[in-house]
Amino acid sequence: MIYLVIGVAAGVLIGMQLPNVPPEYIKLLSVALMAALDAALGGIRAAKEDVFDSEIFISGFFVNAIMAVFICFMGMKLGIDLYLVAILAFGLRMFTNIAIIRRLYLKK
Amino acid sequence: MGKYKKPANILLFVVCVILGIMLATQFKSAEQARSTLSQQRAEDLVDRLKEAEKEKKALAEELKKLQSESTVDISAQERIALKSKAGEVALVGPGVKVTVDDSKVVAKPGDNANLYIIHDDDLLRLINELRAAGAEAISINDQRLLDVSEIRCAGPTVSVNNNRFTPPYVIAAIGDPKTLESALRLRGGVVDTLKFWGITVNVEKGEAITVPAYKGTRHFEYAKVKDGDKQ
Repeated sequence: MIYLVIGVAAGVLIGMQLPNVPPEYIKLLSVALMAALDAALGGIRAAKEDVFDSEIFISGFFVNAIMAVFICFMGMKLGIDLYLVAILAFGLRMFTNIAIIRRLYLKK
Repeated sequence: MGKYKKPANILLFVVCVILGIMLATQFKSAEQARSTLSQQRAEDLVDRLKEAEKEKKALAEELKKLQSESTVDISAQERIALKSKAGEVALVGPGVKVTVDDSKVVAKPGDNANLYIIHDDDLLRLINELRAAGAEAISINDQRLLDVSEIRCAGPTVSVNNNRFTPPYVIAAIGDPKTLESALRLRGGVVDTLKFWGITVNVEKGEAITVPAYKGTRHFEYAKVKDGDKQ
């Protein structure tokens, strides 16, 4: 757990130094953020269940994030709010993962 | 902790770092977007207005300076005479002040309510009458009327020199007060017609009617001085 907290803290510190994203790309970034959150929670869950596979984890993380950004980008071009779909899907998965992680912790 | 294998820890750590970077960037960008939209916009506009006013002041001073330094052979008197003909200085003199307001009469059912309000053409007729009676300078609601000034219907308002006005309209005209007044009050004339519909027209004679200067700028985009008329 300590790794995760330190990781997020380090990331926030680095992120604070980075330049701001232009406003038109905020939606894209928010989708990527949801994908990253989802991947992190999925990873924690897999580690708890002892089924962690680094290849699945890394590929899942990048493919999900890139696909989500791509779908959102397409939506922006087509005038459809497709980023809502991505956020909804990732949000649902996040809650499922959190529920499972909670159960795994309580079982111990 | 330490229960799962090493690659899991490292990878999770890396992903968490990326997550943190994204969180921070997203937070900063969203914060910035929020503040720029509402408050900063108003502040921005105020700043810009102040800047524009400062610039205007500086330019006006520069104009004054340049005019005083100008080497062209025009005496101050001549310049004032030209400027007053062009409507660029405020004028004062005897004349009339005409106040026109919408009718207080309520339109009867079946009546056209449009007849009871002032239109651009009512104002135009008044102005025309004043000009015919020899008015030397005319303004509507402190907008100097020039040869290029429009008096035009603009929805519920009347547009003069591209400024919109609502009733009451105050027309100031410099000229012989008696002639001007009688021109307006002619039997069957403008005031008579307007009064029939209940529109209030109040003509006041005055010894010191002020007609302000034209506030805008004028320049010729299409018109050029004809060759033969150049000196």
